[in-house]
Parts: sequence; C-alpha cells; structure tokens
Amino acid sequence: MTSGPTTDPRAAAPGTATPPRRRNTELALLGFAVLITLVAQAIVDLTVTGSLTTELATFGLWITALWTVAHLVVRRWAPYADPLLLPAVALLVGLGLSFIHRLDLAAQQAGSTASREDAPVQLVWATLGLVLFVGVLLVLRDHRLLSRFAYTLALVGLVLLAIPAVLPSSLSEVNGAKIWIRVAGFSIQPGEFAKICLTVFFAAYLVDKRDVLALASRRVMGLELPRGRDLGPVLVAWMLSILVLVFERDLGSSLLLFGIFVVMLYVATERASWLLIGLGLFAGGALVAYQLFGHVQQRVDSWLDPFAYYDGSGFQVAQALFGLGTGGLFGAGLGGGRPDQVPVAKSDFIAAAVGEELGLFGLVAVIIVYLVLVERGLRTSLICRDAFGKLLAAGLSFAIAWQVFVVLGGVTGLLPLTGLTTPFLAYGGSSLVANFVLVAVLVRISDAARRPAAPSGPPKPALGDAPTEVVQT
Amino acid sequence: MNAPLRRVAISVLVLFTLLIVNVNVIQVVRSDELRSDGRNTRVLVEEYDSERGSIVVGGTEIANSVPTDDQLTYLRQYPSGPVYAPVTGYYSLVYGNAQMERAADDVLSGDDARLFTRRLADLFTGRDPSGGDVVLTLDPAVQETAMAGLEGVTGAVVALDPSTGAVLGMASTPTYDPNQLSSHQPAEIREYAAQLESLEIDPRLNRAIDARYSPGSIFKVVVSAAALASGQYTSDTVVPAPQELVLPGTSTPLENFGGSACDPSGRQSLLDALTVSCNTAFAQLGIDLGEDRVREMAEAFGIDGEGFEIPLTAEGSTIGEIENDAQLGVSSIGQQDVQLTPLQAAMIASAVANDGTLMSPYLVDQVRAPDLSVIDQTDPEELSEPVSADAADQLTEMMTSVVENGSGRRARIPGVTVAGKTGTAENAGPDHNWFIGFAPADDPQIAVAVFVANGGGTGGDVSAPIARDVMQAYLDGQGG
Repeated sequence: MTSGPTTDPRAAAPGTATPPRRRNTELALLGFAVLITLVAQAIVDLTVTGSLTTELATFGLWITALWTVAHLVVRRWAPYADPLLLPAVALLVGLGLSFIHRLDLAAQQAGSTASREDAPVQLVWATLGLVLFVGVLLVLRDHRLLSRFAYTLALVGLVLLAIPAVLPSSLSEVNGAKIWIRVAGFSIQPGEFAKICLTVFFAAYLVDKRDVLALASRRVMGLELPRGRDLGPVLVAWMLSILVLVFERDLGSSLLLFGIFVVMLYVATERASWLLIGLGLFAGGALVAYQLFGHVQQRVDSWLDPFAYYDGSGFQVAQALFGLGTGGLFGAGLGGGRPDQVPVAKSDFIAAAVGEELGLFGLVAVIIVYLVLVERGLRTSLICRDAFGKLLAAGLSFAIAWQVFVVLGGVTGLLPLTGLTTPFLAYGGSSLVANFVLVAVLVRISDAARRPAAPSGPPKPALGDAPTEVVQT
Repeated sequence: MNAPLRRVAISVLVLFTLLIVNVNVIQVVRSDELRSDGRNTRVLVEEYDSERGSIVVGGTEIANSVPTDDQLTYLRQYPSGPVYAPVTGYYSLVYGNAQMERAADDVLSGDDARLFTRRLADLFTGRDPSGGDVVLTLDPAVQETAMAGLEGVTGAVVALDPSTGAVLGMASTPTYDPNQLSSHQPAEIREYAAQLESLEIDPRLNRAIDARYSPGSIFKVVVSAAALASGQYTSDTVVPAPQELVLPGTSTPLENFGGSACDPSGRQSLLDALTVSCNTAFAQLGIDLGEDRVREMAEAFGIDGEGFEIPLTAEGSTIGEIENDAQLGVSSIGQQDVQLTPLQAAMIASAVANDGTLMSPYLVDQVRAPDLSVIDQTDPEELSEPVSADAADQLTEMMTSVVENGSGRRARIPGVTVAGKTGTAENAGPDHNWFIGFAPADDPQIAVAVFVANGGGTGGDVSAPIARDVMQAYLDGQGG
C-alpha cells in the first residue's frame, strides 16, 4: 500500500483532486486496536492462569478476520467514511472481550458452580453484529432511504419498546427491570434496537416539521416559546419515557430516549427554549417519579451515600468505588485486581473493572476513545449536506455520548444508577449488535458527507484510485 | 443546524470532562480512603498473595504462613496455637488482625520501611515479596508452664526479666485456637467466633494487658515503697497494727483477714506487717503518708492511667480518685478504685528486683528480614526509678519474709530464695487471687505476676504455686 492517490496522474489533474479517503489510516488504526486486544488477552491469560492457550490463537485469528472483513467492506462500499469510527469501535469491543474473558477466569478460580464462559458468547454476538454492520452497508446504499420508512420504524420501535411491558414477568424481568424478551435461553433487550428506530423516526419527523416548530413562536420574557399546539411532539416523547419508566421500571432507557429527543429537537429548530422545556418536563417527571416509586427513591438514596446503604442498594456502587480507589493511578494490572467482587461486573459495571485493573490512565483512555467516537459522529453531522442525515448523525452520536455519560456516571457515583449497558464494552448481545447497526448507519452517513460533491457526470473518478482494488467496475 | 450542533459537541465535551474529573477524584484524591476502608477486602486478599513473616519464639515459629492450593495463596498457621494465642492474636479474613499480628503488621506484611530496599530487590529479581520475621522475648518453658498452671481457671500470668524488661511469659486463660479464626473459610471462622462470643468471657481478650483488676494486698508493696522513700520509715520501723481500724469519718471498722490481730501488742514492724499482710497497719500507714506520697509512688511504678505499647497495647493502670482519708486507707490495701493489669503487677515486682529501677517491658527482641539478617534489635530502656537501691533491698528483705514466713509460703523453691507478695482482692464475685514475686532474691532472674480471677481462695493458696512453677521452669532452663 505504498501508492497513494497523489501518485496517480489522474488525481493530479487540476479541478479533479479528490479529498483523501484515509482508508489506510483506518487499516493501520484497526491493526493497532487488534494488537491491543491481543496483548490484553495474553496478559490476562499469563497473569491469571500462568500460561498461554491455543484458544488465544483462535481468538486472535477470529478477531483479525472480523475487522479485516469490516475494513474491506468499508473500503469497497463506503470508501469516504470517517476513518476513526471503526477503529474506535474495534478497540472498545476488543477491550470489552478481554475484560469479560478476565472475569470468566476469575469466576472459574473462585470455583463458582455457575461459571459460564461469557467471552466466547460475546464473540459470537460481535460476529453477528458485524454481519449486520456489513448488511446495513450493503443494503443501505443511501441513508436518505431511511426517511421513507420513518413511520414504519417508529411503529417497530414502539412495539419493541412495549413488548417487555406486555410480556409476563417470567419472560421479561431480570433483576427487577422489565426490559427483556427471554426466549429459548436467549435474552434480548429490545430497547437497544428501539433506540435506533426511534432516532431515525425523530430525525425524519423533525426535518419535516422543523420550520413550524422553529418559527411559530411567542416571545415571553426574552425567550422564544413555541405555540401550545406545537408542544404536542415533545409531550408525546415525554409521555413515552414516563410509560417506559412506569411499566418497565427502566430509568435508563427512559432517560436515554427523552434526552435524545430533546437534543434532536434543539438541533433541528435551533431554539434553546426546547431545551428548557425539556429540562422542565424532565425535572417535573423526575420529582413525581421520586415521590411515587420506591425503587427510584432507593436509587437516589444509595446514589447520595452508597456507603450508608452498603448492605443493600449501595453495595454495587460501594464495591465499584473500592475497586476504582484500589486501582488508583496505574491500576492493579490486567488480572491483578479483584474486579469480580463487584456484582455484575461483566455488564453494567465493566467500567469499574477497567478502572481497577488499568487504573485512572486506562479508564480515562477508554472515556477518550468514546469521546473520539462521539465527536467524529458529530463532525459527520456538521459536514453532512442533507438535513435528514445531519440530524440522524447528530441523534445517533448523541445517543452514544448520553448513554456513556449516564452509565459511567452511575458506576462512578456521579449520577444515580440506571441500568444501561456500556456501549461496545459491556457483556450483552442486544446492546452490542444494536450498536454495530448504529455505527453502520453513522459510517454510511459519513461516507456520504465526506464524498466529494459531483455536480456533473457520474460519481466514478475516485474508484480507480483505490490501490487494493484489482477489478475495475 | 450547525450552531446548535457545535454547542451539542461542546456539551458532550463538558459531560465527558465531568466524568474524567470525577474519576480523578475517586482514583487519586479518595484512593487511600477507599483502599483502606475496612469493608474493602481487596487489600487483605492481596496480602494473602505474599508470604507473611513468621513470629518466632526460642528459635521456633509460633506463627507462619504456608502455601496452599486455593485462591488465597498463603494460609496462616499457629503450630501451638492456644499456648501463644494471647500474644500472637489471629490473622483473620473476617475479623482482621489482633495482638502481635496487628501490632507488628508492617514488619510481617513487609510494608515496614526497614524492609523497603529488599522489597525493591524482590521486584527486580521477580521473587514474590515476603514479610519480615518478628522474634519475641518469650521463653517457651515459661509460657508453657504459665498456661498449664492456669488451666481450668480464668487468669493471667506475666513474667519479666527484671534487668531488661523483656517479657518472658504472657499467659491468659481461657484461651482459643487462632488457627480456626485464620482459616480461609469465612463460614467456619464466623461459626467459631460465635462459639467464642457465647462464652461468659471472650477468650480473645488478653487478660494480661487488656483488662484491669483490683490488686488487693499486692498493692501494699507500693505503699511500703512510699514509706521507705519518705525517709521516715525503715523495714524495722514499728507501726500501729490494731485488730480493727475505724476509718476517719466513718463508723465501719476495717478488719484484718479473718478478723485476726496482726500482733497481740497491736504494734509491729513494717517487715512483719507485710509478712502477715496486715490490713489495719497498711491502711493507717497510707493515711499517715498522705495521698500525694502514695500516688507519686504508684505513678513512679507506672500506675498513672497511661497504657503501654509493648508493642501490644496494654491498658493503663490506676489508683483512681481518692476523696478522703477513709478512701485513702482502703486504697492503701489495694481495694477501692485501685485497678491494675497483671502486666503492671509484674512491673512492680520487676522494679523491686532490679534495685529499684523499672525497665520498659517489651515483647519484640528482634526484627529480621526474610533472609534472616537482623534489621532491628531492641535495646532495653529504663522507664523510671521508683525507689533507691537501698529501699529496694529493704523491700526485697520484706518480700522474702513473706515467702519464708508469711502468706506466700507456697511459692518457696528448694535451694532458691524467693521474694513475693500475695493478694486476695474483694470484688463483686469470689475473691481475685494474686501473687507477685521474683527469684532468686539475691540475684533476680525473673519477676512474675500471677492473677486468678475469682479464684475464691487466697493469693497464697491459688496463685503462689503457679508463680513458683513458672519461676522454677525458667531457673531450670537457665541452668540455675
């Protein structure tokens, strides 16, 4: 891959210069992510079991194959896509797999009878996620197609969201949250998919109605307030999240959906008043929920002082804080800590495991990788040329940011616990697969956004520049 | 839509900065606090990964760590557990550390600064770091004899080397098995602890240092010392010793043990008064000396309410508040609010034995690095000089008379002159029985205090024989 676009005589021709596609950058970064993943796995094996296994080689081949396929598909079908999105995801998924593997080993050592190996299962989920990633890129050649199915997707999203509420508890409840569909040994969290469907719908709907929502307003005390009847959509979204909270006892999804909607509304209309209205509604809803629901009060109490509720609802956070504090600046080293002392460390509290074993530096690095992912998504939104793509990219990026903030804030005691999963990092098939789809859509939009505008002629000139392509179309 | 988008991007940056700041606070600012929280078992579990140093007595390990196959790499073991339990304490997953395991934790765990360079070397050579050893001053024969002597009763024995302050024996009964508190099975540990807690007296208490008791007549040694130090008395001075003494301001007469007269004449020498442990004589003597002289002498012997670090933490002993002469009289025979630990009682005997100089008691002779090189050796230190050598000689003469002719006859050792004093202290239950003493009287090698709680007999009957056995065991071991 020594030849770049500039060595191609056609690229040098005046007026036809194409912006760099940065596919080789992406490849190098992916290689780096795979390297970190494998080194992490090897350290875990060496520290905990004292030896390397052949499984590590299998795992290495599998992971390498996974990201190679992802890269080739992007290179072929989304050549202008942002080169940082995929490597960031690869690094997070890889680190997550290493930590799940590490916690598997800890459980085996503790001799726990129910020591199921979760890392291989997660790898299967990652593979399935990648299949969907590829599928989205292949099928969805233009993201604007999505806006045509906006109302269908809204319906799908709502149904997905509603299923666990309707199902009997035996098929839908885990640890008090009624957010699952449990069929034949599989647990699916439909909320993760509903999040994407509804974001697409929000984007399409808001692009449609933004003028009305933005322009028709009254000035009250220096603030542009919308007309009463235009409050409809935001109230519906609010009601929806309240319903989720009441019927599924799922504080996380409720907060997530409402946050995404309000921010998208703000971006679409450029009216800060929507943010204030959203905040007001949220505050009111939160206050009422606190008064009415015992589990919300409990969450808040154990957030304010987890150590006071050490023997009950504060135990998880207290243990996470112990882990983080013990980890300190540099951490106990992979395999050197006791992250298994935190309940459900593999899923909800995986960030605590990262902080304990990789220390402050490791945990901040992970937060920054998320930041890179989110800011590249928002950058895509900024340069996107169509309103729908712009709003969708903004919504999806903010969804990741908001989810990371709410989850990590919960684990580190900054916010009350909500029960959302850490995107890409945590154990959990639905979350992983759904977020792969989310990133696929982002990649598709960024490909369109960074693709040079072709005012005349067919948009073909760039294809010949790709040095790895043998077959010309 | 770009302006709000930029603001959203900045908001995300702010949110993530909040996360990072919060993580900094937890992992840096609050790190120590969280790490050392008692509920955080991580550090304790980590400790089990390295080999903890041994506690050594007479060349034998009385506490050591052995490798295991389970998740906690090393298991703490106490080969003759119950005999040394009062001193070693335990090393428990559930209850933390106690006694020497706690007091010498830095050395045993390897955290002590004196072991730092070695730990650094371990880091580079890849050896598992291990803790240093603590060599105790205990004498196995003394300890075993003391524990055997106390079998079946609640009590304590402390034996000191009077010339150095080295603790030769520290026994406390009933005892327990520290192995069962230091296992790797939390359920079994809790079960054993519950069993101990269900007893009337928790065996985990080291009665030699953790508790104080009325001393009774052994306190008369301190009052005698105050009399001699005043310059107005010698051992031959004749003092009033009536059959009954009506205490000033009261109508209740103070009687002698069994209501007997100390001397038909109602007067006797100080030496004779101590020999027969005359209550009326010492109550009057205390009143005549005044509270200040008695209190000052008690403080010079270490009875000042302050504890000691030997390095186990010993409770402070006290003579309490004395409000009037009646209370002073009763205090002078070791009743009222006078409260001594058995260690303090042994220190009184030790000071008399060492020509009036009281040495600081200590339990740790040496600290050794894992390679057995000595990194610290305790030097004996003088604590105070309660009486002059001359007064000490007179006290020795008086206490020898106690064993030769008085209440302490059962402490006699054939061929060895023994000095001592018995005590039978009234309290809520049956009397406490005490004996303090040292041997040989002319060249003291060992000073001892024996305490039997609610023994019900007299110090001479119950405690003196235990003291005799302990002293004899030590002298036999010394080839004397």
